[in-house]
Amino acid sequence: MKKFILFLGRAGTNFFVHFYRVCSYLGAALGQLRYIHFYRRQIVEQMYRLGIGSLPLIMALSMFTGLATTIQTAYQISSYIPKYIVGSIVFQSEMLELAPTLMALVLAGRVGAGIASEIGTMKVSEQVDALISMGVDPVGYLMMPRIIAGVTMFPLITIFAVVVAVGGGHYAATTMMGVSTTDFVRGMREAYRFKDVWVGLIKSTFYGGIITLLGCYLGMETDQGAKGVGMSATATVVWSSSFILIMDYILTRTLLKFS
Amino acid sequence: MIQFKDVYKSFDDKHVLRGINLTVNDGELISILGPSGCGKSVTLKHIVGILQPDRGEVWVDGQFVPKMSRDELQKLRKRVGVLFQSAALFDSMSVKENVAFMLRMHTKMTEKEIDYRVTECLEQVELHDVEELNPDELSGGMRKRVGLARAMAMKPNYILYDEPTTGLDPKTAIIIGDLVARLQKQTKITSIVVTHDVKLASDISDRIALFHEGKVAALGSPDELSHQGDGQLIRKFMEGQL
Repeated sequence: MKKFILFLGRAGTNFFVHFYRVCSYLGAALGQLRYIHFYRRQIVEQMYRLGIGSLPLIMALSMFTGLATTIQTAYQISSYIPKYIVGSIVFQSEMLELAPTLMALVLAGRVGAGIASEIGTMKVSEQVDALISMGVDPVGYLMMPRIIAGVTMFPLITIFAVVVAVGGGHYAATTMMGVSTTDFVRGMREAYRFKDVWVGLIKSTFYGGIITLLGCYLGMETDQGAKGVGMSATATVVWSSSFILIMDYILTRTLLKFS
Repeated sequence: MIQFKDVYKSFDDKHVLRGINLTVNDGELISILGPSGCGKSVTLKHIVGILQPDRGEVWVDGQFVPKMSRDELQKLRKRVGVLFQSAALFDSMSVKENVAFMLRMHTKMTEKEIDYRVTECLEQVELHDVEELNPDELSGGMRKRVGLARAMAMKPNYILYDEPTTGLDPKTAIIIGDLVARLQKQTKITSIVVTHDVKLASDISDRIALFHEGKVAALGSPDELSHQGDGQLIRKFMEGQL
């Protein structure tokens, strides 16, 4: 029992130490916004890599989530519920939950682990020290552009994901479920509320920030060579996924209640 | 001029520097010699403020490095070129982009001027037609030379060499050693070479500082050191007894 309490104490302390450090890095990255003009090339490059680079994967996966959501919705609703409801449920599920959250979980692997391993490799091979010695702040050069790319490109990716998923849903509804295009669109139009769009976009903005910040932080804290790089990449995926799901609850509750 | 006054540095329980006192004069090439883990590289990192001393003073050109503001440190770092042990080339960039990195970040030079300066720096380290190669296409010796070209790009007042010949075959190590000596003679840049290669240090240095247990155990020209106590310290170091 005593050992268990000690373990909990140590884990709690570690968590708060890491939390404090993440906040410090975030503060430093925000401080670097003063030099945003200086790092414009890196920001554009990261926006391209994180955003445009992720689009093919996200669009392919969104298509399947749209198809699956539609089939499941049609299966779940009973025969006396009008079929146009399929369009409503697919659109709202994708906009509010599936596109931002599910795609963020995918991007925690693609983007988060990629950032952690790239910066981690730079850290263990003295490239971060080289940056410092050349008068370039690694927080400004490496972290700030990635975080900006995350918070700006994730909402954009979400919009593409919703469009493709709804397209997939429409295909499944019309070809497999016997729902007409008119009914599907009617369902979507009846369910459409502007707040659903911005709630989904705010969620994806937060997720973009969480994934890129954690990837950068764990990359910058990397040591122990190749083993450390692997550990940082793994930790980024685990921690990002956990925080995404926790934030999903907090944001859904807060934003829907607020709106 | 660079001065270390009674500098101490520890990492957790490991006391790496235990009162370093060393002055590096303008225009000289000084080698810091010593076994692995004696604090040679740690000493270099204090000069550009990558590490802060736990105690003691580090002065560069009359400026107290540990108390420098961010802007002062940035200005200092533009005046100091560093060649890292692993060369630390940015592996996502080509050779040309690596050498041009500081010029792009810190100057308003045009692309044409940058191209000219990059070629000039690469020629100084005897490299030709490598601009478009990536670091992973270079041999160990070539990586060090590109690292040196990058360190010289901003025409610094100081160059710090961290183990410039480590990991190289003997022939390439001699070539790099000659290059370091020749560049220092041509440019008169104040240079600090951290190494455990006694022959390299003896061949190229104006003075050698021998580190032992986090302190400067001996300091002098190669001739003076080889005669101090009949060269016992150097001999002990070579025999692995330091």
